[in-house]
Amino acid sequence: MDFRLSSQEEAFRDEVRRFLDENLPADANRGDFRFVVEWNKKVRAKRWVGFSWPKEVGGGGGTLMEQVVLKEEMAKRKAPPLGACFMGLAWVGPAIIQYGTEAQKQRFIPDILDGAYQWCTGYSEPGTGSDLAALSCRAVREGDVYVVNGQKIWTSIAMWSKWMILLVRTDASSASKHEGITCLLMEMSTPGVEVRPIQNMSGTAMFAEVFLNDVRIPVENRLGEEGQGWQVTVSALASERSSIAEVTAMFRKLEELQELAKRCTRNGVPATRDPRVRRQLAVFEAKIEAMRLNGLRSLTQQLRGEVAQGETSVNKLLRAELEVDMGDFALELLGSAAVYPRGSDESVDGGRWQSGALNWPEVVIGGGTPNIQKNIIAERILHLPKDG
Amino acid sequence: MDFGFSEEQDLLRAEVRKLLDARCPLGEVRKLAETPCGYSAELWGELAQLGWLGLTIPEEFGGAGLGWVDLVVLLQETGRSLFPSPLVSTTLAAAAILESGSDEQKQRWLPSLADGTRIGTLALLEAADAIGPTGIALAGKPDGDAFILTGEKRFVADAGSANLLVVAFRTGPGAHDLALGVLDRGAAGVATRSWTTIDATKRAGTLELDGARVEKSALLGAPGKSWPAIERLFDLGAIAVTAELTGAAEAAHALTVQYAKDRLQFGHPIGKYQGVKHPLAEMYVDLESTKSLLCYAAWAVAESPGELPRSASLAKAYGSDMFARVGIDGVQLHGAVGYTAEYDIQLYLKRSKWARPAFGDSDFHYERVARLGGL
Repeated sequence: MDFRLSSQEEAFRDEVRRFLDENLPADANRGDFRFVVEWNKKVRAKRWVGFSWPKEVGGGGGTLMEQVVLKEEMAKRKAPPLGACFMGLAWVGPAIIQYGTEAQKQRFIPDILDGAYQWCTGYSEPGTGSDLAALSCRAVREGDVYVVNGQKIWTSIAMWSKWMILLVRTDASSASKHEGITCLLMEMSTPGVEVRPIQNMSGTAMFAEVFLNDVRIPVENRLGEEGQGWQVTVSALASERSSIAEVTAMFRKLEELQELAKRCTRNGVPATRDPRVRRQLAVFEAKIEAMRLNGLRSLTQQLRGEVAQGETSVNKLLRAELEVDMGDFALELLGSAAVYPRGSDESVDGGRWQSGALNWPEVVIGGGTPNIQKNIIAERILHLPKDG
Repeated sequence: MDFGFSEEQDLLRAEVRKLLDARCPLGEVRKLAETPCGYSAELWGELAQLGWLGLTIPEEFGGAGLGWVDLVVLLQETGRSLFPSPLVSTTLAAAAILESGSDEQKQRWLPSLADGTRIGTLALLEAADAIGPTGIALAGKPDGDAFILTGEKRFVADAGSANLLVVAFRTGPGAHDLALGVLDRGAAGVATRSWTTIDATKRAGTLELDGARVEKSALLGAPGKSWPAIERLFDLGAIAVTAELTGAAEAAHALTVQYAKDRLQFGHPIGKYQGVKHPLAEMYVDLESTKSLLCYAAWAVAESPGELPRSASLAKAYGSDMFARVGIDGVQLHGAVGYTAEYDIQLYLKRSKWARPAFGDSDFHYERVARLGGL
């Protein structure tokens, strides 16, 4: 057991820190469009976008440990993301690298690395949320095209995306629901695609319904073989695993909450003197630290070539609890002032704490609800009998 | 970066488990719990032979010369089997001597703690039951180079069996004017009273001092300057208890998971129902998280001492609450048989009640984390 970095890893960390010193001044306006464009160019030139991808496709060829170092240092300084195409970098790109044709790699990978446009993910359907494999969006092959009919829902940033990675059913007669699914890459401007944004409870719209009516997708845009869609999806989602960056972000959130507590009073005394407030903040700290260390344990298993089964679900459950409870605790600290929304004269910090308390479902429900994560742990790790 | 056990540590775990499974299964644990001293002198001797009593004592003083991560492995296994013995107490007394004692003192006491002929324990707490400098009120009256102690130390683990007692006492009115001294159980003015606890495999008691003399040669470190050493002993104690409770909680969880697979109701194993499988999954999350926090704290003992207070507190706080819940939910998920003395799950519930206050409960440790974080 040794938590120190090797000398090469330390040298890499120093390189990252130097880069940040030079290119991310403390007063940098991270929301400024020009700053972000410049930032993207610089990190792209360092090959830190797609850092873990093979060098042949334009990635950085970074090791697992170097990825951890890079993500951690970036998160510590609140750096903008490495690359602009979130879903392209997280799972569309890895799926194309693993299953794509040479032509598909050349067509899509450089654009993902450059952040030329956004990708969205067409997996969930109205009737299939947690039970993803039960999807029914239908594709029928007609010569060189697939003709697709059906509906997708909860599609994040569909309204701002140029392409979608789409799961369709090409064979409804298969014995298992995991068979007969095919993965297609679809341009959002194709005739027959209609996007309707869904307003969420915090008043914004991040995801949408997507209706597909006789949408014709060329066969050359199929990713992997016909009927192989489930494997393509599962392996791509699995590549989105390390929780290091989110842990660092959670520690920053905790600091903000501690700072908020120092500004608030409860029952006429400073909130930081309230034993329950003190205990609650320490409980958050313990859970985030546990996430950090759980992540390092599963990283060690990956480095040793062992299968780290279920560790992802453990950290997802901790994160879900933290997202809900920390968002809610901020409003408790604010007391009566918590009720005033953004735009009100009385709102605290521009209403940002309300948005934290209303936007947790994006993280907590998206990517598998807590109850589904518990089923995964109970069935795959504890080997309890399956539900249903 | 490597956050996993080494092959040697895996081997140690396998050896300990093999011995305890063969020689001290729960049936034997139950029998030993009924005996006056509460543990097996024969097995104690075997553990000494195997080098496990002096696991963290350097080889030059008769120990195995291993570290706290190795100790975690050993204690997780003794915890898993609810093995009754004064191992934790003896290890902590040895740590006090090792960390604060002179070479002469180490030579004098450590070999006998490693070979099992002496049993040690810490006597830190008093009636106030407060971890901290103010919790130590017992005043040492100077007598030349020596100190005379009259008063009580409370909640002393294994008070009945220990014959080497590491006592914390006060040398002056300043908050941190504290000292550590070693007392022999047979010395004049030293008496103990000992009881079985809620967990019949664990014993604790009171140390009664009536003019007991701590000679200069029995003082660990400079008198009046021992608070940092005492605080570190509290941290080491928290880690040792968390190691044992993690092993015990894992065993309780495994028992309950097995029960959920075997017990049929409404035509199915009850583990099929989400009302049963979800609490078991939640326990797993908290168990794995405790293991991570614990191992980091144990690593920090030698490699990152500055991080020890926070990491030990996080581990003990999280672990205490985790085990309390595993104990209660474990019994509840067993249904009516969980309430019976015959089933083993209740033994773990009782262990969780013993482990929670030992070296600080979650309220104490979370408060400390808040303070260390600048709140």
